[in-house]
Amino acid sequence: MRTIGQAELHGRGYLSTLRELFDGLIPPIQPLDGSQGEQSMIRNLFLGLLGLTLAGSAAAEWALNMPKGVTDLSLETYDLHMMVFWWCVAIGIVVFGVMIFSLIKHRKSQGAEPATFTHSTTAEIIWTTIPVIILVLMAVPTAETMVKMEDSRNPDLSIVVTGYQWKWHYKYQDTDVDFYSSLARSSLEARRKASGIDPFSVANYLLEVDKPLVVPRGAKVRLLVTSNDVIHSWWVPALSMKKDAIPGMVNETWFRANETGTYRGQCAELCGKDHGYMPIVVEVVEPEAFDAWVASQDAEL
Amino acid sequence: MTTAITDAHDTHDDHDDHGPAKGIGRWLFSTNHKDIGTMYLVFSLLMFFIGGTMAMVIRSELAIPGLQFVHPEFFNQMTTMHALIMVFGAVMPAFVGLANWMIPLMIGAPDMALPRMNNWSFWILPVAFTILLSTLFMPGGAPAGGWTMYPPLVLQTGDSFPFLIFSVHLMGLSSIMGAINVIVTIINMRAPEMSLLKMPMFVWTWLITAYLLIAVMPVLAGAVTMLLTDQFFGTSFFLAAGGGDPVMFQHIFWFFGHPEVYIMILPAFGVVSEIIPTFARKKLFGHDSMVYAASCIAFLSFIVWAHHMFTVGMPLTGQLFFMFATMLIAVPTGVKIFNWVATMWRGAMTFETPMLFSLAFVFLFSIGGFSGLMLAVQPADVQYHDTYFVVAHFHYVLVPGSIFAIMAAAYYWLPKWTGHMYNETLGKVHFWASAIFVNLTFFPMHFLGLAGMPRRIPDYSTQFADFNTVASVGAIGFGLSQLMFVWVILTAKKGEKATARVWEGSHGLEWTVPSPAPYHTFETPPKARIAGEAFD
Repeated sequence: MRTIGQAELHGRGYLSTLRELFDGLIPPIQPLDGSQGEQSMIRNLFLGLLGLTLAGSAAAEWALNMPKGVTDLSLETYDLHMMVFWWCVAIGIVVFGVMIFSLIKHRKSQGAEPATFTHSTTAEIIWTTIPVIILVLMAVPTAETMVKMEDSRNPDLSIVVTGYQWKWHYKYQDTDVDFYSSLARSSLEARRKASGIDPFSVANYLLEVDKPLVVPRGAKVRLLVTSNDVIHSWWVPALSMKKDAIPGMVNETWFRANETGTYRGQCAELCGKDHGYMPIVVEVVEPEAFDAWVASQDAEL
Repeated sequence: MTTAITDAHDTHDDHDDHGPAKGIGRWLFSTNHKDIGTMYLVFSLLMFFIGGTMAMVIRSELAIPGLQFVHPEFFNQMTTMHALIMVFGAVMPAFVGLANWMIPLMIGAPDMALPRMNNWSFWILPVAFTILLSTLFMPGGAPAGGWTMYPPLVLQTGDSFPFLIFSVHLMGLSSIMGAINVIVTIINMRAPEMSLLKMPMFVWTWLITAYLLIAVMPVLAGAVTMLLTDQFFGTSFFLAAGGGDPVMFQHIFWFFGHPEVYIMILPAFGVVSEIIPTFARKKLFGHDSMVYAASCIAFLSFIVWAHHMFTVGMPLTGQLFFMFATMLIAVPTGVKIFNWVATMWRGAMTFETPMLFSLAFVFLFSIGGFSGLMLAVQPADVQYHDTYFVVAHFHYVLVPGSIFAIMAAAYYWLPKWTGHMYNETLGKVHFWASAIFVNLTFFPMHFLGLAGMPRRIPDYSTQFADFNTVASVGAIGFGLSQLMFVWVILTAKKGEKATARVWEGSHGLEWTVPSPAPYHTFETPPKARIAGEAFD
């Protein structure tokens, strides 16, 4: 079983490799009051700064980029994201390149004499037309993906997702299975102000729930997203799925996960004081395991 | 003083030589555009530090995982108040202050067209922000529902709710009056030879901005009034239980909100378009196309609002429309950037502090523009939306965008205001510290957002720890660097005397009056010949 999702991004990132490396090389700094927090802060600061200097050379690393995710559409989204990113890089190289050249060459201290030209219709037509062409090249594949995202017909399974301040409720349609999903106890204790518990010692800090959403691999899962109070937003990056949960409305969306695993996300719309504490965990399991899970839930009832 | 001005005074001697009034009355009752401009600028600097202090609270809490200093509720109050104060208290009044000071000087007018209203529009602001800041001490605390004030969440605000609404009304009132003043001044009081297309870019961008303000501030006022009646008078505009629609608020808010972001950046474009030609010693490239580009941006800003709402569940056609319209904005914005680069091209550049801030503006605003283009791509936006990627994006366009332009303007015109050259070394140190720390603060936020960190959360999972620490270090550094700016201003009078022209490459009517600019300028319109030389 594969585990990716937010929590593991870090595990695969170069920063954690660095951390392991440096934890071996450098003796741990002993904080004066023996607190864990300070030690990790110093370590983070050091590694963070180091990481920043390496950022350029490690651009393909996970920690710097969006997860590719595990649905066909999340892969398409990732590709669109990279496409527009590389366009930006290309435009940036040209524009900043010309600008930097000018900043070096055309300075008064180099004895430059200012030219007197004030406009050039040709140049202006060129740099209006080229961006339009680039935009069309971006817009076409994007629109294609959007049409696919919109098609939530013929689902294999429908789940009603309801946002509450501050937890999620899931109801599997055509079954009796329904339950609340809230922040796990381990995180609940550590999240209190000045709790004295090092967040690094809590597994999946703030990203663990007491009861995850379970769905079968390969099935088209339709979500009917709504809210009981204020607006929330149901977001799991690996499923490339973010939909606002709005009171009085039902939003429809869907995903089809290609790989089993545990995928983590969070509420993405400010919903009050505990907005940061309503994570989402989706477990994608093999269809047989899913059927067994549904049966066990029915038995509990 | 020119002979023309002396002649004009002969006809009404009792008005002769009236300089500023003495004492507090000079400021309370002022109708002088320079005094009012100064008050706007000082007020906005004060708000910049108050809003900045809130940013320091936010970044301190986010420096490491776990909750160390504040409770989540107070954290949300800080993010909400930080945004409201920076947008309405720091950036917008700073540009109005610059408009007050510089537009009459740049078009050869003796003052703003409506001086008493000018006084009123300024003095509303301290009242509005006193009300807003007082909510921090009310039961239930300050508003904590985000500056976007989305219902139903905002209706859960405590006693401070009506005060929030009232202060937003007052800010809108002030903005609208300021905008009316700018339009009337520019349309009616230009020097005789100055046709519309001969106006300096700063005047042009402010004219466009003023129309945007008049168009959208009433929309915001309407939206918050509906919130008020939903809360207290039994209406259900946005309450689903009463048949209302919570999403409608978002449509109305962003119909205001998107032009609002251009209200905060168009005058910045104008400032940069003044400064780059001066220090490149070369005329602005494509003046007219800059005007058309700014007008295009203003028009498009009205038809892109729902790109802030790609996850609310809009019909596909709506999403496509707003995506295409949003992408289109890249074209006129690109024209602006290319024209600035073409202005530098084959110039003879020097790098005084205003130029450094302007160049950083072009670089870093472009980065904000690139992330804006990425955000326009709807499927990708579904991933970026409400994450730190968005926070990085709008801070790139607002901090090294709008605020760097305001700093550039302050350094550029400070000698004209004070009559003395500021300390150039200190200015350069301030620039480099700001430029380095602003990137240290906001660049890592792109990575945080892509890795999946939502915005507006007081605590986060440990995988986000490293870049958050970097951002917090950068933020504290940026905050402290701004104290240098205050020092530069406070010591400005100690520098050498400034000439009327101030900068070797400067052009325009504001450089034909002495430094410091006398209390009254252009009491008679500048002679066509002088004006012509200045702006041809």
